[in-house]
Amino acid sequence: MKNKTWLYWLFFLALFTAPFYLTEFRLSLLGKFLCFAIIAVGISLIWGYTGILSLGHGVYFGLGAYCMAMYLKLEDSRGHLPDFMEWSGVEKLPWFWKPFENPLFAIFSAIIIPVLLAAFLSYFTFKNRIKGVYFSLLSQAVVVVFVTLFIGKQEWTGGTNGLTNFSTVFGFSLSSPLTQIVIYLLTVLLLCFIFIFSRWLTRSRFGRVLIAIRDSENRVRFLGFNTTTYKVFVYSLSAAFAGLAGVMFVLQVGLISPAMMGIIPSIEMVLWVAVGGRNSLIGAIIGAIATNSAKSFFSENYPDIWLLFLGGLFISIVMFLPNGLAGLYESFVQRKGRRERRKNEAGSHVSRSVS
Amino acid sequence: MSILITQFFNGLSLGSVMLLIALGLAITFGLMGVINMAHGELIMVGAYMTYVIQQMFAKYLPSSIDYYYFLAIPVAFFVSAFIGWGLEKWLIQYLYHRPLDSLLATWGVSLILQQIARSIFGAPNVAVLPPSWLEGGVNFAGIVFPYKRLFILLFVLVCMLILYFYLNKTPAGRRMRAVTLNRDMASCLGISSRKVDAYAFAIGSGFAGLAGCALTLLGPIGPTIGTYYIVDAFMVVILGGVGKLIGTIFGAFGIGLVSTLTEYSTSTTMAKVVIFAMIIAFLQWKPSGLVSVKTRSLD
Amino acid sequence: MKPVLMCREVLVDFAGFKALQGVNFEVYPNEVRFLIGPNGAGKTTLLDVICGKTRACGGKVIFFSHDITKLQEYKIVKLGISRKFQSPAIFHQLTVWENMELSLKQNRGLFAVLRAKMSTEDREKIVTLLKRIHLLDYAYQKAGALSHGQKQWLEIGMQLIQEPRLLLLDEPIAGMSGAEREKTGELIHEIALDCAVLIVEHDMDFVRRFSKQVTVMHEGKVLCEGTMEEIQQNEKVAEVYLGREEKAC
Repeated sequence: MKNKTWLYWLFFLALFTAPFYLTEFRLSLLGKFLCFAIIAVGISLIWGYTGILSLGHGVYFGLGAYCMAMYLKLEDSRGHLPDFMEWSGVEKLPWFWKPFENPLFAIFSAIIIPVLLAAFLSYFTFKNRIKGVYFSLLSQAVVVVFVTLFIGKQEWTGGTNGLTNFSTVFGFSLSSPLTQIVIYLLTVLLLCFIFIFSRWLTRSRFGRVLIAIRDSENRVRFLGFNTTTYKVFVYSLSAAFAGLAGVMFVLQVGLISPAMMGIIPSIEMVLWVAVGGRNSLIGAIIGAIATNSAKSFFSENYPDIWLLFLGGLFISIVMFLPNGLAGLYESFVQRKGRRERRKNEAGSHVSRSVS
Repeated sequence: MSILITQFFNGLSLGSVMLLIALGLAITFGLMGVINMAHGELIMVGAYMTYVIQQMFAKYLPSSIDYYYFLAIPVAFFVSAFIGWGLEKWLIQYLYHRPLDSLLATWGVSLILQQIARSIFGAPNVAVLPPSWLEGGVNFAGIVFPYKRLFILLFVLVCMLILYFYLNKTPAGRRMRAVTLNRDMASCLGISSRKVDAYAFAIGSGFAGLAGCALTLLGPIGPTIGTYYIVDAFMVVILGGVGKLIGTIFGAFGIGLVSTLTEYSTSTTMAKVVIFAMIIAFLQWKPSGLVSVKTRSLD
Repeated sequence: MKPVLMCREVLVDFAGFKALQGVNFEVYPNEVRFLIGPNGAGKTTLLDVICGKTRACGGKVIFFSHDITKLQEYKIVKLGISRKFQSPAIFHQLTVWENMELSLKQNRGLFAVLRAKMSTEDREKIVTLLKRIHLLDYAYQKAGALSHGQKQWLEIGMQLIQEPRLLLLDEPIAGMSGAEREKTGELIHEIALDCAVLIVEHDMDFVRRFSKQVTVMHEGKVLCEGTMEEIQQNEKVAEVYLGREEKAC
């Protein structure tokens, strides 16, 4: 625990300087993973610290991404109807697409819409004391609702194909390497900010309330805390992170489709955090990067094995490494500390017996 | 009038499918409290077993192909039950007190089972030819009731009856209820809760296999069929009230009827959206589901 | 003198089982009131109703001039009722110090907590209390690692630092050694200098030693009230409770 801070700085420095030593392709992959890392920090807050397992973060990510994508699509169509709307026989731009011509509105709603949805849903669920697996399963049902809706309303959302084929953002070409590097650096900056903010949160009294809720929610209530407010706040906060991640994701990947917000991606998000260590923020970031690197390695080389590997990862993390990589590191440090202490004690023992 | 009857029948039929996929879960999740995300894949195993049996009959016993289904039912049951038993023995028994973790671990199992199915049978869907005696339907007052749908209704009814008798009339079933009601007390009375857990889980998984067997009658099957049904199955059990078999029945037929009615006025996808939104809203109002008991112990 | 707490015809029904059937009962300022009665008499349920864990289906609970019958738990705590549960309910994953920090009398709203900083005054308060419950040396240990008796003390400490106006204790001495019981009894009387205390207790020796006023409950109703001597002479009580209990001992 003592002074790991410089390690964090080193880590973020490495991320900031990545454009100098990574190829364009690798850099865009890393940028994508960093978006996922942003989601992972949010999930670590709600799952690792507060004990709420959400299987619905794909929705918040997707909503954020769609909001941004709507703006990009409109900018790309330059006053015409987006291509997929023409194909489905829509004649006029639907009213709710209109405001997304403004990029600031798009970014604003990419955050506020997930937050509102998360707050609305979690307020009622937590107020009615639905928790544990019931909440997880309900959040999964929300995913089903949204994915079905987005696929079904093809004329508004692009259906299964989602939204793609963007060309510019704020007038800058999305395909130019410079724009991509700027977007990458923005992502790192955002991740850095979110990490510092979350770290401050978890180390404050607020963070202790979260841990106390995870430990025994009823008890916290009898200490006079309105736990519903706390849970709704932290859940909505993590939805905001997911929405932001969606914005950065669309900018770098240039595509969002219902398949990316479905049940499977949502539960994969939880896995990243589990791999890294659920109650470690830096662990969540590293877990997201590591798991997704493994994913792209496997699906480039052995696509068949990927699912087996993923499944095995789920099982073995839960069974053998419940605190993930961070837990592994902690126990390693502890063991080393204990060994050293023992050595010292043995040494002092010897010296004492000699004197 | 005839439209009303058709709609009602369709609702019943959908409800029976819902009940079938949720029945196994009502045991493993409802009674035992285990979150088994691989339940959908156990359904898939049952479906593929039916496919295998049908293929084998087509190859070696083409003369009696009409009767393959009678072999497929027990095979589907036992293969799924066996996988479920192994799952309980090697994974779930370590996670009884960590429900969220068992959710993740069994999800891992489901991914593995999906990939295995994909490797053996290929990614595209396969079609199982239903036995010829299930082709066609009864014509009653100008409305056609397909035999397949009627068969599934009957199938569910028989499954329910067997389960009811097993739980209430046999010693093994009573032991199972005792353990699920109060684990510690039951083991004090000399019931081996380990054994009962394993049996109960195997039986629940077996029912998933039966569901898979019945689903082959309705359309082609593929490796991802489980993912398609798993959320529905959990919703049925939660809606009905966890721990109450009768609730699961109400939940299943409730969803079936309401969703055919919504489908009639909108589209299939919108019906699903509406139904799920309604379930979520309903559970806010009554968190313990349709059928519930007020108890003194809350946590 | 105006009562701190007043229960009027409180009813509780658990799926047909009437746990409380019209309880009438008062607690006065600076009083240490013991609540006794055979198993299933409804003592814990009464505490549950007062602190909001269980909802009454009839009757009223008045705390000073507030009707708290239908209030949420956290609001009841805010008014100044704090509750110690039967099994020590502390936060195992937090240190002793952090447990105390969360229990401090403070504005427990979300944004207040987000901005909260530990003041010197708070720090001193915690230190004094930790000394009083003999846990100062364990301040930075995880609370889960304490012994059972220490956990009970920590929980009492957590109640005290909230500076409640009414303290509800459910079997506070369960699992404590003789010396620890003695200390707890004295502590309870010390506490009563600042607030009213309502205690559910099974241990008759402890009740005899530390009680002034005792209320006996039976089958969801208040049977009688008085000092321990009065109660021991009450025939009804002897019939339902003491006689049987003494014989059992």
